[in-house]
Amino acid sequence: MLTRLRGGRVYDPAHGVDGEVRDLYVRDGRMVEAPPPDERIDHDYDLAGRVVMAGGIDLHTHIGGGKVNIARVMLPEDHRADPLPRGSLTRSSCGHAAPGTLATGYRYAEMGYTACFEPAVLPINARQAHMEMGDTPMVDKGGYAMLGSDDFLLRLLAAREDQQAINDYVAWTLHASQCIGIKVVNPGGISAFKFNQRSLDLDEEHAWYRVTPRRILEVLTRAVHELGVPHPLHVHASNLGVPGNVDTTLATMEAAQGLPIHLTHIQFHSYGTEGDRRFSSGAARIAEAINAHGNVTADVGQIMFGQTVTASGDTMAQHRNSHLASPKKFVVMDIECDAGCGVVPFRYRDKNFVNALQWAIGLEIFLLVSDPWRIFLTTDHPNGAPFTSYPHLIRLLMDRSYRKEALAKIQPDAAALSTLGSLEREYSLYEIAIMTRAAPARILGLTDRGRLGPGAAADIVVYRDEADRERMFARPEYVFKDGELVVRDGAVVKVVWGNTHVVKPEFDRGIERKLAPYFERYQTLRMDNFKISDDEMCECGHGSRLLPHPCRKP
Amino acid sequence: MPESMPDLSPAIPVTCPFCGLLCDDVTVRASGAEIKVVDRGCAVSRRALEQNAPDLSPRIGGRAAELDEAVAAAAALLANARQPLIGGLATDVTGMRAVMSLADRIGAVLDHMNAPAKFRNLLAVQEGGWITTTLAEVKNRADLVVLAGTDVVTRFPRFFERFVWTDETLFGLSSAQREVVYLGRDLDMAAGIAPDGRRPFQIPCDVVALGAAFGALRALMAGRELQAETVAGVPMAQWRTLADKLKSARYAVVVWAAADFDFPHAELTVRALCELIKDLNRSTRAAGLPLGGSDGDFTADGVELWQTGFPFRTGFGSGVAEYDPQRFATARLLAQGEADALLWIASFDERRAPPGSAVPTVVLGRPGMVCEREPEVFIPVGTPGVDHAGHLFRTDKVVMLPLRRLRESGLPSVARVVAAIDEAIAPC
Repeated sequence: MLTRLRGGRVYDPAHGVDGEVRDLYVRDGRMVEAPPPDERIDHDYDLAGRVVMAGGIDLHTHIGGGKVNIARVMLPEDHRADPLPRGSLTRSSCGHAAPGTLATGYRYAEMGYTACFEPAVLPINARQAHMEMGDTPMVDKGGYAMLGSDDFLLRLLAAREDQQAINDYVAWTLHASQCIGIKVVNPGGISAFKFNQRSLDLDEEHAWYRVTPRRILEVLTRAVHELGVPHPLHVHASNLGVPGNVDTTLATMEAAQGLPIHLTHIQFHSYGTEGDRRFSSGAARIAEAINAHGNVTADVGQIMFGQTVTASGDTMAQHRNSHLASPKKFVVMDIECDAGCGVVPFRYRDKNFVNALQWAIGLEIFLLVSDPWRIFLTTDHPNGAPFTSYPHLIRLLMDRSYRKEALAKIQPDAAALSTLGSLEREYSLYEIAIMTRAAPARILGLTDRGRLGPGAAADIVVYRDEADRERMFARPEYVFKDGELVVRDGAVVKVVWGNTHVVKPEFDRGIERKLAPYFERYQTLRMDNFKISDDEMCECGHGSRLLPHPCRKP
Repeated sequence: MPESMPDLSPAIPVTCPFCGLLCDDVTVRASGAEIKVVDRGCAVSRRALEQNAPDLSPRIGGRAAELDEAVAAAAALLANARQPLIGGLATDVTGMRAVMSLADRIGAVLDHMNAPAKFRNLLAVQEGGWITTTLAEVKNRADLVVLAGTDVVTRFPRFFERFVWTDETLFGLSSAQREVVYLGRDLDMAAGIAPDGRRPFQIPCDVVALGAAFGALRALMAGRELQAETVAGVPMAQWRTLADKLKSARYAVVVWAAADFDFPHAELTVRALCELIKDLNRSTRAAGLPLGGSDGDFTADGVELWQTGFPFRTGFGSGVAEYDPQRFATARLLAQGEADALLWIASFDERRAPPGSAVPTVVLGRPGMVCEREPEVFIPVGTPGVDHAGHLFRTDKVVMLPLRRLRESGLPSVARVVAAIDEAIAPC
């Protein structure tokens, strides 16, 4: 079956296409070259005046796994306010801060996103994370396996095992947990908290293992690099939320020693200590460092005002901030000599100095980082705000006068301290297409997504070109997933289940000679039960396809 | 999905699905439909794994029927109901996924057989939250294990063997360095005796008074003077001793089983306990270990939560998912006549028959189930981890374990039967 998308203005940065009027062709779920003139077109869409992009890709969104289910159970009052009624095709669910998986999939697709990556898959909890993602319709999924506070790795480091053993363990973890990348959260800090350490600076030793976060970062960036995993180590740095952490974040960039590193929700790691309240923006220093370090990428983790919930593996930070919970309740959990999680509901207030400045810091980073290929649009859903606020965020980036109006409404001391009012930059549609499509695909190693050239998977979004960019990005006219029309005028017209993206780097299975006795002696399940097989993935994912992406060793 | 039968003629380790610990080191030998636990069994696993009831035929109104007839009868009964209730919900992930689709389609209320216990914890989480831990942390880290109002082993027989009296730990902790405390009376404390013969410390209070005791402990730890000479019928000196133990432990774990907090408003006791643990964490480390997960309760709840955003006691009758822990309780819906059809699912334990009521009832039950009255439709179903493969959450709701098929019984899974009912009701 051949589909033609005729005459739309195409924004396809992967091929350098910036708003050119083009015809696109889709056959059997893939983009294809223009067919011979006599070939029959089965479906023809007249897209004159429309904006055409690849499907959006969210490279950091907490959509599945234990901490999300904890957030769900904690917030019935939030969910009651946003019910999602059963439709003729869609099932009942609910939205807002920690939506059900069904609502998550529908709503991502309804705003033109076709792939979502869960950034904090605890390997011990990977089966649940994949089950939840399997029940998330419409979009492709993938996960990053969390390492860095797991006792097996810390023991390898304490025993001064060589890099090869660490590489083998990292690769083994990617296979066992069926993930596409590796994430580290507060390196060593989740484990240190179990030993009652309340902070762990980059060069501070873990009380038991005598290992520093810097060392953990060094071996993990190197392992990911040497295994040829496309996505750089995904780093939630030390000292999240602590005033003055801008220095830690800059030092974390250096700790990568020139190897690729991705700093996530960097807004939460860009705080200075200037001013009467000892809390200031470090955005300029952070942006300058990103601009100067070609090996560094970052996503912002923008906050938006209103109710949300923070869910993180960083038990140390979450426990530290638990007194700020709103409503007043929190969950912290130490998990299985593997990691941990903390869930703290939070209400960001525009009249609160700190929250208002956090909002401004995020926008400053967006506007000061010059290369849109290395800065990504996220709210760290739901930690900064629910993902449904993306269209609003896009408008703030694209519309200077709208942004200045918003700035005028926040707590005045914060507004006065921020340079935001003087930043005139407006993102173009091309730049938005880079940071939400082409760049995330590139940095994840998705060679056939986030682009519209022949051979690519036909994940395509068609927007009306509206002056109000929030309206435009909230409600695409058409969304195609793997070539099928799945959303029309912002509503689901066909339910599909997406694919799961993974990597399977080569490694020496001899590492299991160390792992098997470790499981036998210290863990509470057998090693074989820890590992998730390909068959299990497919059985549990509504028949969705498992798509392994190649790893290329340097 | 095709399931290959594992070769079970030699004894192999399998995952026992019959309590929330999901021990995956139980070795069994299977011969035809007969299963024999060879090693690392317990009273619960031997009883449940080794049974083999013969009544494999579905029944309609007490008469033997074919499976497709029974499915059609169940579908008709449920489709015609104005407010169906799907209760029991003792099934695996796949079974619960099928239930979710059916419930949404027919506007059913969902509630689990263990919900009365589960809500004691759930309401406490929704009110204040908690700090908890998981089994491997207990095994490797806990130097003080306090059992609040439970002996644990009645419901979770291998708890001490696997997680407390073990010397294989990551941080040099040995059995000799662990201390066990029981809060409660009439508890079987034999398992709490250390390998070196040390007897556990017991504070013999009434479980109903635990909430007051936790409040007193918080006051003592905060350095407040208390006028009372006894709390929960126990001299203050004993509570002081416990407060000191909790404060000086490096990683105290307070274990409770909500099922053993069987008194009104026990969620307030859980709340008091959770606040005590939060207080401890201001200066040291401590965590709660709420034990549950039997009869697939955390599994059913987990699936419902992730799909809809709400735990069980959610209803779909109004076209949206509505959560109401009081209104949608099974006992209340049946007693008030608000439910006019019941689909009862109990695939692990044949003793968990539906509650007695006159409401037209479909049972998907483990063979051997004896109901108070013959249900309109009875369909014997397989048990996950025995008759078919599946997945369950362990007590910590972190570890989800795969279950394997151990025998060829011909019993259909809950997922298969519910999907067939769903399909029969779905508009073409």
